[in-house]
Amino acid sequence: MQIYLPIADLPVNIFLVLAMGLAVGFISGMFGIGGGFLMTPLLIFIGVSPAVSVATVSSHIAASSASGAISYWRRNAVDLPLALMLLAGGILGTALGVWLFTWLRSADMLDLLIAVSYVVLLGAVGGLMVVEAIRAIARTYQGKPVVLRRPGSHTWIHGLPFKVRFKRSKIYVSAIPVWIIGLIIGFVGAILGIGGAFLLVPMLIYFLRVSTATVIGTSTVLTLVTMGSATIMHATTNHLVDAMLALILMVGGVTGAQFGARAGALMKAERLRLLLGILVLSVGMRFAIDLLVQPNELFSIRLVGGS
Amino acid sequence: MKYFSAIALFAATFFAPQAASGEKLISSLSSHQVLVSSSFAGAELVLFGSVERDGATVPRRNGYNLVVTVTGPRQTMVTRRKDRVFGIWTNAESRTFVGAPSYLAVLSNKPLNEIASIGVQQRLDIGFDNVPAPQTPALQPTDLLFRDALIRLKKERGLYIEEPNSVTFLTPNLFRAGIRLPAEAPVGNYEVEVKLFADGANIARTASALEVVKVGVEQFVASSARDHGFWYGLGTALMALLTGWFASVVFRRD
Repeated sequence: MQIYLPIADLPVNIFLVLAMGLAVGFISGMFGIGGGFLMTPLLIFIGVSPAVSVATVSSHIAASSASGAISYWRRNAVDLPLALMLLAGGILGTALGVWLFTWLRSADMLDLLIAVSYVVLLGAVGGLMVVEAIRAIARTYQGKPVVLRRPGSHTWIHGLPFKVRFKRSKIYVSAIPVWIIGLIIGFVGAILGIGGAFLLVPMLIYFLRVSTATVIGTSTVLTLVTMGSATIMHATTNHLVDAMLALILMVGGVTGAQFGARAGALMKAERLRLLLGILVLSVGMRFAIDLLVQPNELFSIRLVGGS
Repeated sequence: MKYFSAIALFAATFFAPQAASGEKLISSLSSHQVLVSSSFAGAELVLFGSVERDGATVPRRNGYNLVVTVTGPRQTMVTRRKDRVFGIWTNAESRTFVGAPSYLAVLSNKPLNEIASIGVQQRLDIGFDNVPAPQTPALQPTDLLFRDALIRLKKERGLYIEEPNSVTFLTPNLFRAGIRLPAEAPVGNYEVEVKLFADGANIARTASALEVVKVGVEQFVASSARDHGFWYGLGTALMALLTGWFASVVFRRD
């Protein structure tokens, strides 16, 4: 069944989009991520322009993180003060990101930036995840205990001023790195159409040593608010959010996430991280191939305006 | 007196052939309005028409030929070409074409070159070499490369159509032509120009128009996104919250 998307200005098969939502939702539920880094490339692949994809996916991630945030909240797995502190940076980062997005779009450089950033970001993060997960799996095979959190080890981050105690996350850190992490996530998310959970969760664990009990719940709340505000900002400045596309993606996404969460619960944490790492890495590689291999069609056309 | 005769002579040379031939071209579109709703997947319109003759009309031994040109709203398009820059394939050179038709169909009953000479085609602005003429200011050979790419890509998407067999003469005087509008056809006013040829000369023409409009949900979403961006964004964000909340209620396990 074909449906015409009013903002993307193209007809799509409603079941195809629904299936994409379900599949990405399944993966996002399984790994506890928003899935934006998969959804944005998929939309570009079916013909939606990168700009509309990024803007629309932000609302899709808002929906999937909303259902996640509610269930983590019920389980008391959200550190609200930490989330609010991250948000202080996150909202500013989102605004900066939307501003740069608009500027790059007018300068005709948005598509290149999206592609290059995907390669660099996903390649680096995916590579690190794979290496880390393989080491963890090797350690368990050798019978050594898995060390995820080293409570005693302090880095230079812990020497910074303006220290705040976050009780629920069991940390006592400076507000500066918290604020900067929020800023980075908001900024990157707004430009690339990703929620950034796959960046945020490792950052919170490795830099701030946030307790694993609250890390995902807190990051989900941050994602919800930054992506919700990114939706509003993208709609206000660029008019590129396709509500109809977003609705289909959301319905598929939140449904798939429920089944993904059940599947994820059955797997070991290191295996999950390895799978996620491979997934992230392969999306990055896909973008790299597009940049490095000579395309079949060198020309492209773009509408600049009516007359 | 001399002045008058000059005008008379001018009038005679200009209007005489048409006056003597007396053919009248009548055409009608199956629909003047195409509605883009959420189930829009393109449309097919039919143009009907006939060539009216009277007693004084000279016989045309080689029969009639017809060229139908449908031109969509004009747009400014940029054609970009990828090049290798520092090892990366990225958009490098580009050309801007102002006033290029968003949609263009050139339909005829036989190849244009068999209907009229290239000179006549140029004068009447028919055919792909002449219509999408974003010749700003003057096209260099390299610019032509970009123009050809624009035409080729538009053809691939069904927005530019060149069909030398889509006009059919049902009888020597009665014709029909099918006009295909792809789902991507932009909203706006489309001009439909019908030109009748005999023996290589344009002997009659008629023009008509059609309109592509968004209706229903499509129209509502598109116009509110454009005119009330903030509220539209807020609405979408709330819709996201609601969907998420709804899912957490439906699938609640704890």
